[in-house]
This record gives sequence, C-alpha cells and structure tokens, in this order.
Amino acid sequence: MTDRTVTLNVRRGEAGGESRIESFEVPYAENMSVLDALIWIRAYRDASLAIRYSCINANACKECMVRVDGKVAYACTARLGAGEATVEPLSNKPLLRDLVTDITPPKETLAHALAGED
Amino acid sequence: MTHLATDILVVGAGGAGMYAAVSAAREGASVVLADKSLVGRGGATIMAQMTVAVAVGEQEPDDWTHHLADTLAAGRGLCNEELAQILCREAPDRIREMDTWKVGWAREDDHMRQVMAPGHGIRRCVYVDFLNTGPAVAKTLRTRVARSDAITRISELAVVDLVVRQGRVLGAVAINLADGAPVTIAAKAVILAAGGLTKLYRRNSASANMGGDSYALALRAGAELVDMEFVQFFPIGHLAPRLVGMDPIMWDPFRYKLGGRLLNGEMEEFIENYGASDSGVYTAPRDIASFAILSEVAAGRGSPAGGAYLSFTHIPEPELRQAFGPVIDRLLANGIDLTRRPIEVSPIAHYHMGGIRVNGEMESRIEGLFAAGEAVGGANGANRLSGNAISETFVFGERAGHFAATKVAARATGLDFEWDHALAKPALDGIAALEARDEAKGPGAGPLFTELQSMMWDHVGLLRDAAGLEQALARLVRMRTVDLPALGTPGSHRFAITVQDWFDLRASLLAAEAITASALARTESRGAHQREDHPETDPSLEKNQTVQLEDGEIATDWVDVVRAPFELASLEAAE
Ligand SMILES: Cc1cc2nc3c(=O)[nH]c(=O)nc-3n(C[C@H](O)[C@H](O)[C@H](O)COP(=O)(O)OP(=O)(O)OC[C@H]3O[C@@H](n4cnc5c(N)ncnc54)[C@H](O)[C@@H]3O)c2cc1C
Ligand code: FES
Repeated sequence: MTDRTVTLNVRRGEAGGESRIESFEVPYAENMSVLDALIWIRAYRDASLAIRYSCINANACKECMVRVDGKVAYACTARLGAGEATVEPLSNKPLLRDLVTDITPPKETLAHALAGED
Repeated sequence: MTHLATDILVVGAGGAGMYAAVSAAREGASVVLADKSLVGRGGATIMAQMTVAVAVGEQEPDDWTHHLADTLAAGRGLCNEELAQILCREAPDRIREMDTWKVGWAREDDHMRQVMAPGHGIRRCVYVDFLNTGPAVAKTLRTRVARSDAITRISELAVVDLVVRQGRVLGAVAINLADGAPVTIAAKAVILAAGGLTKLYRRNSASANMGGDSYALALRAGAELVDMEFVQFFPIGHLAPRLVGMDPIMWDPFRYKLGGRLLNGEMEEFIENYGASDSGVYTAPRDIASFAILSEVAAGRGSPAGGAYLSFTHIPEPELRQAFGPVIDRLLANGIDLTRRPIEVSPIAHYHMGGIRVNGEMESRIEGLFAAGEAVGGANGANRLSGNAISETFVFGERAGHFAATKVAARATGLDFEWDHALAKPALDGIAALEARDEAKGPGAGPLFTELQSMMWDHVGLLRDAAGLEQALARLVRMRTVDLPALGTPGSHRFAITVQDWFDLRASLLAAEAITASALARTESRGAHQREDHPETDPSLEKNQTVQLEDGEIATDWVDVVRAPFELASLEAAE
C-alpha cells in the first residue's frame, strides 16, 4: 500500500435532470479497477452514488458497463493506471441515476410483469 | 401499492431458483421469479468456472452410491444422509437434462468427459470448456426460463421479508430497486433460492449479492437453520496482484496439474512443518493448507498482501501454455507473468454448508416455504466435496419446484392462502420509515459492513476460540440493535441502492449471528469448523445444530443427524 491516490471524476444526475461531474480522491492499490474505486467511494465518501455491479472479480455478470474516459468498458476490468479517470453512464441507454442506466431486459421488469397481470 | 399474485414465488434466480421455476412451471404452476440483481447473473452460479460432480459413469465405471460415500466422508459424520442421498442419486438425471438443453458439457469421443477433483475417488466431474461451466449453466437456464409463459421474471426486485400466518407462508414484501417502492407478492408457496453468505468475510469469492439473505429471510419467517457453523474456506484463493475475470479458486487445477510451489514470505516451503507432505504435488488436505498459510502469516512470515506465495517460476513457459492455453494470456492481460513472478494466495470464504433446515421435499417447518441450492443446509455436513454445489442447485431446485407445485395444486381449494395485507404492514412500515428519512449524502452501510467482514474474518473464520467468538457475538448484537436502526439511507428514491444496503446489512448481521452462536456452542474441531481451544473432534458432538429466532433473538439447539443406510454398489456389476 502506498499513499498514492487517484482522482475519479464521476458524472452524476437523475433521468431528465441536469448532470454534473463530481471528483473523488481514492487511495490507489496496484492494478485496481474502476469498480474497486467506485465501491470505495460508496463505502467511505458517498453511499448515495448509484452504481450497478454484481460479480466484482469474475467479469461474468456483465452488469457494470459504463464509459471510462469516453469509451464503453466494464468498470470491473477497466484499470486505474494514470492519476485520473472520468466515469460516465452509458449514453445509448436510458439513465436511471448517476452511473446506472436501464439495461434490464424489457421482459424482466416489474413494469412488464404488471402489464401482463390484469 | 403494487401487488402481484402467483402460485409460486421463487426468491433468487441463480442455478437453483431458475431450475425451480422451470420445474414448478412444468407441473402447471404460475411462477414469479424475482432477483435483486438481474435474472441469472447476480449470484455464484454464473461465476463458477470449475466442475460439477455427478456419477454418470461415462469416463469410468461409477455409481451414485460411490459419490454418496465420498460426500459422506467429506461431511465428517454430519451430513443429513437423506438429503445427501437425494443429491447423489438425482444428480445424473439433472446433468443429462441439462445436456438435452444443450449446456455443452465437454465431450471426448462419444461420452461426457469427466475429470478428477479433490475428495473424489473416481473421475466424476463434468464441466464446460473453456472455464465456462457457470456462464453456460446460467445461460441455458435463462433460456429455459424465458421460454415458459408460466414464469414471470422480475429483475432488481429485492425480497426483504416473508409474510406468514400461523406457520404458513402467504407471500412476501419486496422493494423495486428502480424507484424504491414497496411491492407485495401473494404466493401459495415460496421457494428461497437466494444463495449463500460468503460476503460476510473480508476475503471471499462472493458477488455483491451473497450476504446471507436466504438465511435471514428464513429465520425471520420462523423456519430453522442447520449447520450454520460450517463455512467452507478455499485454501489457496487468489489474493494478489489484483486479478479480474478469473475464478479466484482457479489455482487449484493449476497446482493439481503442474505442482506449483507454496512459499512463505521468506520464500521457503512450509507445508511440511504442519504435518502434510507436499513436494510439488497437490496432496495437502484443504484444512491443513489453510491452517498452515494463516499460521505463517500470524508468525510474521506472510507474503506482502498477507498470504503465501504460489510460484510456478520453475515451470518452463511451453509447459504452462500446454496445460492452460488461453488462461496464460488472460493472466498476462492482468499483468501477471507466471514465469517471472509468483502470485499471492490466501484462504478465502467460498461456500456455506449450513442453511435452511428442510425435509426431503425441500420444505421447511413453515408450511409452503421451500428452499433450494446453497440456501439449503445439511447435505454436505461439516465439509463439501468440490463440484457438489452446482449439482445441488439442479437437484434441489428441481425438487423444490416440483413439490411446491404439487402441493399447491393438491390443496388449491382446501387451504387458506388468502393474502392478508395487515400481516405485511410491519414490513411495509419499515420500508416507508427508511424512505422518509431522506438524508442527502454521507456514508451509508459501508463502514459497518467492512467492520462486520473484518470481525468475521478475524474471530469467526478459519481459526476460532471462545474469547474471539464471544467478543464477536457481543458486537454483532450491538450492531443489530443500536447501529443498524440509526443507519442512514442517503439518495434513496431512484435506484434505491442505499435502502437495499440497509436491508442487506440487516440480513448479514442476522446470518453472522447465527454462524457465531453456532460456532461458539460447538466445542470441538470438525471439518470446516476449527476451534483453537478445542482442537480435537468430540464423538459426542456428532450431531447437528439448529438455529431459530425466539422472540427475535438467536437460539441454538442440538438434534440427531438424519441417517439413511445404503449399500455401496459393486462397480464391476454396474459395468
Ligand atoms: C467464484 C465461485 C466459483 C465456484 N465454483 C464452483 C464450481 O466449480 N463447482 C461447484 O460445484 N460449485 C462452485 N461454486 C459454488 C456454486 O457456484 C454455488 O454454490 C451455486 O452456484 C449456488 O447457486 P444458487 O442458485 O443456490 O445461488 P446463486 O447462484 O448465488 O443465486 C442466488 C441469487 O439470489 C439473488 N438474491 C439474493 N438475495 C435476494 C433477495 N433478497 N431477493 C431477491 N433475490 C435475491 C442473488 O442476486 C442471486 O442471483 C463456486 C462459487 C463461487 C462464488
Ligand atoms: S461486475 Fe460483473 S462483469 Fe463487472
């Protein structure tokens, strides 16, 4: 462990609202992923930051897709090498909040279940 | 208020939940399959990369009774023998059914390829290439589930409480993550398939959704748990450098095939000092390997990240490549060059043997409340054989779905299933109270969860003693009664992640308390439960422990092991 930190710039906001970039200083560990940094921010700086992920290490669930420095990437496989990175939600999916977009298959939602109910 | 009604609610859509849904639907039941993550992706199933144990006998002669004998030996006298028999006897049918659903079990000539795995006396374990068992299983079951009109899939719906009237389940209360709104679900039967609890430990192989919800939901509903003290730690889990995209238990087959060298921080072999021989081949039993690594760390001889080195630097690259092909490149992409540098390994929490106490039809003592998969306790006793967990998701999933559906059909007219909103009200009020708080910012459950994980690792992990367990138990009670109620849920209204955190922590604290209380009461060492103050196995404790809630407090008790005699089949005769 070193005292080195990295800066994570995170785009935040709600569907239909203004968005803004918030910056967080995160302690750096060798080979750490963007997801590691986001989880750290939620645990120690701001729990309200919305992110979606499940498997953390396996790159199996494919729930964590975001844009890192403008490019679409899995937050769990994108690495924080340089001193700074910018993380934003996917641009081609409807925004829910912060980094979470609506990627749920349409037939797997509560709304769909309710529509099929009556 | 959003309300759904169904014959059967399945909580959790991993291997067990999806199999249960398919099985219930083909008996004619309507099913709601809810997952707090995305269907088929949130739990352990999709992460598993290794093998599935099953006595199909395609590689060499085998019989389910031999699989059973190995399972019982690993369980150290504590397996619920009825459940273990069901598991081994029915696994071949399920593996073949998955085969007809085109999961793609690896083949050789005209048969399924089966390989050796630790603890098995026979080449018994099937898999999907390449390191693709879990993803293939998840995809196959997702497709089956999607094909059934009787199954309604709902992702990002977190079940937070079951609704019970006089010992009979009526349904559940859940939160829709997208907007934080509560949802009630009336169901004639509920199948708990919400997976395990290894996330409770600082070092683990868990996903974000493996914090013990199954166990907490069952306890709060009035069901019993069993064998909660038995958490399985995998001895040489990946520790450092940071590695993504690989199963953290992948080093097992590496060592198995190539014989990696296990070294302490001073680059010395040490396993021999703990009574096991090693000499470059994989022979040290799991518990000795774990104990040896932790002891070296405690003695100040750990690797930099706090584990041991595993070195393959003595093996020429062509040999590494030949054995592990594309994996070598995946490792290089993570900056790991095995020919140059050893990696670091440590025991990690990997699987939970304990779980919901059920009968052979997978029903708990709460009528209509079934369990499946890792959530079920008993089949594996004090330790699980590798490969049995995925078989268990299929077999117990299929049975839970089947028996829940037949029960619902048989009693559809007689029993009082009627939804009672008043019984759901306490849970709904709890959600509303969290919603109403509306803190803007700040840390949420993170620091408490981290504390929980460290405490479980230090005091309720691989090496336990009374003092540490008592200290942990006292702190857990305080966290549940003082810290949790005061915990904020900032930013809760859209994608209600902090509300989910709050309920996650509540469940985790209860599951942790169940483990700790059980571990304290078992004053012996057996299988995965090792007490430093009671190093011997005590024959008088060849019993199972149950856990239940009495007036909201954890209470443990002893029960006799369920025995079920069987005769070992002759393998020549089976030929
Ligand atoms: C990395 C790893 C590798 C493994 N490798 C192997 C292997 O090679 N062979 C083997 O046999 N076993 C292996 N295991 C163990 C095995 O994968 C698991 O025991 C098994 O997959 C569990 O399946 P399940 O369906 O019971 O639970 P899971 O697959 O964990 O599914 C549970 C689901 O429930 C959901 N859920 C949780 N709480 C709630 C709630 N409150 N409301 C709604 N939904 C909820 C979760 O999101 C999740 O999707 C491995 C485990 C891990 C972690
Ligand atoms: S967290 Fe699962 S793929 Fe990234």
